[in-house]
Amino acid sequence: MSAAKRVSVIECPGGPLLVRGADEVVGVDGQVTATDRAVVALCRCNRSDRMPWCDDSHRTRRRSKQKQKDERAT
Amino acid sequence: MRALTAEATGPHPVPEQRAVGDIVMPLADRDLQLALWMLYELHYRGFDGVDPDTEWDPLLLVSRAAIERVFERAVRQLVADTADDGDGLGHIGAPPAEQVTRELTRLTVSEGPSDTTAFLEQEATRDEFVAYLRRRAVHHLRESDPHSFLLPRLDGAAKVGLAELQYDEYGSGRPDRLHQELFAAGLRSLDLPTDVSVYAEEADAATLASVNVMSLFSLNRRLRGAALGHLAAFEATSALPCDRIAKGAQRLGMPEVAEYYEEHVVADAVHEQLAIHGICGGLVTDEPELADDVLMGARACLTLDGLAGQAQLDSWLDARSAHQPVRAAG
Ligand code: FES
Ligand SMILES: [Fe+2]
Ligand SMILES: [Fe+2]
Repeated sequence: MSAAKRVSVIECPGGPLLVRGADEVVGVDGQVTATDRAVVALCRCNRSDRMPWCDDSHRTRRRSKQKQKDERAT
Repeated sequence: MRALTAEATGPHPVPEQRAVGDIVMPLADRDLQLALWMLYELHYRGFDGVDPDTEWDPLLLVSRAAIERVFERAVRQLVADTADDGDGLGHIGAPPAEQVTRELTRLTVSEGPSDTTAFLEQEATRDEFVAYLRRRAVHHLRESDPHSFLLPRLDGAAKVGLAELQYDEYGSGRPDRLHQELFAAGLRSLDLPTDVSVYAEEADAATLASVNVMSLFSLNRRLRGAALGHLAAFEATSALPCDRIAKGAQRLGMPEVAEYYEEHVVADAVHEQLAIHGICGGLVTDEPELADDVLMGARACLTLDGLAGQAQLDSWLDARSAHQPVRAAG
């Protein structure tokens, strides 16, 4: 089998961090999210509905997404 | 399908009034698109009762090449007609790979939900949602298979990136997570068949064209740049709609169907990055002369998928106006 697993992180301009070789992500609140994916995209814009994963919300215009969230809250 | 089985001796010419060259609107011609879909399907899984040797039957290969020429010309024309002013490699001085990745990102930026996805999320009845699944089945039951033909046609970063993406599409080592299988499981949960031929036979020209273009680009090595551009545009415009479609499936009480779309929110947010930067960026770094093809493929994806979405919307509205004339305008 392979030697020690290598983990790499790539910054995507205007988008998430691509992480190869991660088993789990620990959030600021200490919450641990495990993953089986070989590559994951970590949200950097804080607008994802599926934190810590990127759900492409960074691609929507900021205002419209915020409006959606307000609408949902009311 | 009958044309392939009718004679024990195998494929044979049948009388057809039109020559392929006479077809004026190949993208809207259901006969042409279904014929092409069947010829491509011989290279995937074939048909029950059809001799596997028909895959390489010279008569069929010649027919396919003739149809493909007409189809490719129409796709290129459509792309040229719909290109906007900002299109093209305008970032002077930047390396070609960077120009292409920027342009792919620009082309696929979200302008808000399409009418089709908004309808599925909020309004579609169960029957209307199923009609959507039946159309999409032609694609999703063969999802990612066209791109596997590209692997031996690539080198370096593009090959490695595509293999990584395909590994995820093919379930990351778990047969039950195979994306085609996730879609089939959704169909089974609704007692729908999982034989792709059922859905191809009832699909309209726009739906078949949106699927055929992936085989056109992937099975012709010359068009590998377009195939990867198509892939990038598809992946980059998938996560946000899938989020809404998953909500629609939940709303209608279809958890297995929702699961397919839910998987594609997180997966395609990753695939988009792999496809734009690793795969298309990698390809154009190695083969800068393919830059224009990559962008042509991306635009072909967006335009043809747009036409297929419009056809879906029209058929929902037609069906509603047939049943409820008063609400037809809605
Ligand atoms: S970075 Fe993609 S949703 Fe936040
Ligand atoms: Fe997929
Ligand atoms: Fe994908």
